[in-house]
Amino acid sequence: MNVLFFKITLICYFLGTLAFLGYLLAGKKAMLSRFSLAMTGVGFLFHTAALLVRMFEVGYVSVTHLFDAMAFFAWALVLVFLLVEYRFRIHILGSFVLPLALISLISAAVLPKESGTQDAVIQRAWVYIHTTLALLGAVAFAIAFLVGIMYLIQERLLKSKRFNDLYNKLPSLDILDDLNYKAVILGFAFLTLGIIIGAWGAGYVWGSYLTWDPREIFSLTIWLFYLVVLHGRITMGWRAKRAAYLAIIGFVGVIFSFIGVDLLWRGQHAFM
Amino acid sequence: MDIIVVGLNHRTAPIEIREKLSISEAQLREALIRLKAYSGINEGLILSTCNRVEICAVVQQIQTGFQQIKEFFEDHPTGLSSEELIASLYLYSSHDAIRHIFRVASSLDSMVVGEPQILGQLKEAFDLAMRQKATGIILNKVFRKAISVAKRVRTETKIAENAVSISFAAVELAKKIFGHLEGKEAMLVGAGEMAELAVRHLLDNGVKNVMITTRNFDHAIDLAKRFHGMPIRLEEFPRYLAEADILICSTGASHYVITEYHVEKAIQQRKNRPIFLIDISVPRNIDPKVNRIDNVFLYDIDDLQSIVEANLKERQKEALKAEEIVSEELGAMERWFKSLEVVPTITALRAKAEEIRRSELNKCMSKLGALTPEAREAVEGLVAAVVNKLLHSPLVVLKDEAHSSNGAMYVEAVRRLFNLDKDLSPRQPHTSEKENDSDPGEETEPK
Repeated sequence: MNVLFFKITLICYFLGTLAFLGYLLAGKKAMLSRFSLAMTGVGFLFHTAALLVRMFEVGYVSVTHLFDAMAFFAWALVLVFLLVEYRFRIHILGSFVLPLALISLISAAVLPKESGTQDAVIQRAWVYIHTTLALLGAVAFAIAFLVGIMYLIQERLLKSKRFNDLYNKLPSLDILDDLNYKAVILGFAFLTLGIIIGAWGAGYVWGSYLTWDPREIFSLTIWLFYLVVLHGRITMGWRAKRAAYLAIIGFVGVIFSFIGVDLLWRGQHAFM
Repeated sequence: MDIIVVGLNHRTAPIEIREKLSISEAQLREALIRLKAYSGINEGLILSTCNRVEICAVVQQIQTGFQQIKEFFEDHPTGLSSEELIASLYLYSSHDAIRHIFRVASSLDSMVVGEPQILGQLKEAFDLAMRQKATGIILNKVFRKAISVAKRVRTETKIAENAVSISFAAVELAKKIFGHLEGKEAMLVGAGEMAELAVRHLLDNGVKNVMITTRNFDHAIDLAKRFHGMPIRLEEFPRYLAEADILICSTGASHYVITEYHVEKAIQQRKNRPIFLIDISVPRNIDPKVNRIDNVFLYDIDDLQSIVEANLKERQKEALKAEEIVSEELGAMERWFKSLEVVPTITALRAKAEEIRRSELNKCMSKLGALTPEAREAVEGLVAAVVNKLLHSPLVVLKDEAHSSNGAMYVEAVRRLFNLDKDLSPRQPHTSEKENDSDPGEETEPK
């Protein structure tokens, strides 16, 4: 059942992505923008249903498999987009969010869905909370990354005085910078909480807060990086263009710690 | 009876002639009374803006109407010869007159297509004419319709979107950088009409304060008073540069007044908060290299001009869609207008009565069965007499009033009372005349 739902979700997101890219590149087409939004909405509903069914099938909130984590990441990303669209009407954000959501869902689809043993430790509640918070942090950093790209595009258009359709569709620099800032704050808050709960849980189970495995090291590096980014913005004016670049660099790090670490080292911290 | 428009606009007459014929607000009341006094003019309305003077009238006969309105213009102390006057006047009648009124209201006939001011001016003219009882059933309907057509054009096309003046293009650009302008700080270096207009628009859009610096400090003080801003001495302005989010430069200097050095320092002090520079001086007063600095956005007069031109082209495209809307609405209006003619109304009324008479008679005869020829004749005579007597006075009144200023009202009443327009719907949605929806922050057809 959830496989069917996931397939429908994939198709919806695929069509939504095409429509959003069309909207990005073509002139003002009201049809395209309505269709893209409709596809995203329908896809999101099926996506939610698929996650719920999966939850009942497995019997717990499943985020500890890489497959589930990617699916959850895509789901939260689309949710954030729908909220932003509802509140601020930044339709063009979808042209950036949907492709990313589609990619993560496709990569989820090619991953093996069931894997062997469920370690007793893995089934503890704190592990789920820890993982979910880390994933929500990644979603917020992804939004900052996408908004950063949009900022750089709009900045380039303004500087080179090309007042084309894209210029008209992209929101103002101030809005993009503001969204970037808010997303980084939110991401940082989630990540901080996630790390605290993770450390507390590890201390409880293994008797040590830190085991120095690669994912922990990367996560702490990323946490430090965003701490510096926020501090720089507040005290040294790292805003606007620089903030956009930093958000892009930061998210590359997030992706690496998310997936790259698993591929290179398989520590106890790896996704199943 | 017909509807005509006689007038002149920016295309047919230069300003020298327009200003002589324009009718000031104070004179309008008197002018409407004078207009209505002509025997051939049933209804009248005067629209006088700085780009057009137009008389719309419902007249009994087009040629006499035209003559009378020409006389009306000549009575106005203008000092123009009759030839000059005739050369600049245009005349539209019936179909074309209604189309013209729709186009004027929708701002398709304006100097700057899509400017919103004209609709407000037209509403005012209509209001006044109505209060003076110069308009009647026809002009009321035509102008109400014109106002609703204009609104439809505004909502269904993008004719009034995007700036078509330099100063508005600057405001729109500023909004793409800052989102909104509330609480922003502006600086004006130099003076000049265009620069001052831009400052005015910025303030209208929420800019909090404007610092003003000119070579002559007294002039800066004057300007600051006008804009409730802050005057600054020219030698001191670089110190204040960092406070300005938006800077408009328009001096007569022949060299760069603002250089990379100034702006780089300002950006550092601003901790990278973006700064928006507009250089409308020729030769340029801001070093173009300034645009290379991060978070600095510099535009010169040509950049703004190119935005304006692109937007004007866009408006032309939208104007085509607007013309289609006008044509569409024209159809319904014309059908209604046609129905107001007296002779067809009389014919229709008679035909309707005849139809009723015949069908009722047939029904009755089939019920009564065989009658003697005398009885049959008596019944037929009775029915015919009732119909004729009932119709007699409506027909007489219609004929008598045909050429009076109330003629259209009687025709309309008869058509509705006797339900003569089964397929026509003369009812139009009523638009309230008091509405004022012209955007305050757009280009205007100047008064």
